[in-house]
Amino acid sequence: MDEALDEALVKDHKPAWKGGDQPYEASYGKLMMWFFLITDTLTFSAFLASYGFSRFKYPDIWPNPEDVFSHFPFLHGEHPLLFVALMTFILIMSSVTMVLAVNYGHKMQKKKVILWLSLTIVGGAIFLGSQAWEWGHFIHGDKGGINTQTEHVVHIAEGEKLSSVYALMGADGHDGTHHHFTVDQVITSLEANPQYNIRKANRMYLTNEDAIAYLRENASEVLLGANLKNNEYGHPLFADYFFFITGFHGFHVFSGVIILIIILINVIKGTYERRGHYEMVEKVGLYWHFVDLVWVFVFTFFYLV
Amino acid sequence: MASETKGNWWIWKVFWILLFITTFEVALGIIKPSFLVDTIFLGTKLLNHVFIILTIIKAAYIILQFMHLGHEKVTLKWTILLPALILVPYLLFILLSEGAYTYLML
Repeated sequence: MDEALDEALVKDHKPAWKGGDQPYEASYGKLMMWFFLITDTLTFSAFLASYGFSRFKYPDIWPNPEDVFSHFPFLHGEHPLLFVALMTFILIMSSVTMVLAVNYGHKMQKKKVILWLSLTIVGGAIFLGSQAWEWGHFIHGDKGGINTQTEHVVHIAEGEKLSSVYALMGADGHDGTHHHFTVDQVITSLEANPQYNIRKANRMYLTNEDAIAYLRENASEVLLGANLKNNEYGHPLFADYFFFITGFHGFHVFSGVIILIIILINVIKGTYERRGHYEMVEKVGLYWHFVDLVWVFVFTFFYLV
Repeated sequence: MASETKGNWWIWKVFWILLFITTFEVALGIIKPSFLVDTIFLGTKLLNHVFIILTIIKAAYIILQFMHLGHEKVTLKWTILLPALILVPYLLFILLSEGAYTYLML
């Protein structure tokens, strides 16, 4: 189709079926990115909704997020929420740098697009690093737990306060060595240290004597850390959802960073300058904001609620 | 397009709003006001409802401002939003009520 005819079709809004007409006033690429994002929205909604299903199925014994995610790199003690809040801040910040890159793309300012796109990549990389730390910490475990025949995990407590298997056994959980304790060792330790007791999965505290009797009858193994089969925090599904949902989101961030790097190379080479518009930056921007959007929901439903 | 004439101030405005809401959420999550924790509404704590409403406000700012959907043609806007607005609450309703039901059956 020659250009004159093309122009005439657009102008007269004649046969839309032959192309050239844009009822949404958005390009094909942008529209398809939006359609992909709708499907991805539904995927993530299904993940989070099924997480909700399991939480509503096991309301009494579902782990408390603030008991699980309570650490900050290089800081001692309990700091619930702070680290994920920092991760959220990093992702929001990288969203801001992305909008700035898109904005300067509209103004055809190549150097500023390069600057803000690079900063977006740095933000994404820092987020991925934080998530790796979070995963490492989750897999290594923190307080330890004891699995029982009812498949509910119980925790070591000191009076009415959550303690840890390491504290009971007089070991350092973060000394880099691989620990292993048996149920018998834990029971012996409980007998020797009457100030310790256990907290059952439903948050009921037992006395030291009852704890020993309970463990003798029900305990099957001492759990340190987490994998897909069982975990020290509580119900096996908790770790499964954690790995699956944050992993799927992390993979989105990872692919986002890769795509941003490819786009950055194109910007530097001047591909979009020659094309006359920076719409590709805008389309990738849509994807990047979506990744931020998903994290906002993961943050709420995994860490806050 | 609007962004060609406007400067960058609106971007930073949205940033401060998102940051403020997140900080507020984290503060609520740490302080846990007893009134919000002890009041149960629709099967969960009032605090959780506050979190969910604040999250939806954040999501709206990201979608409408950062993703620029607020400035697109109205037909495009609803083409994108309607499937999610219909299907997601439906999915949530089915799965959450079934989850509560299986809890009662356990």
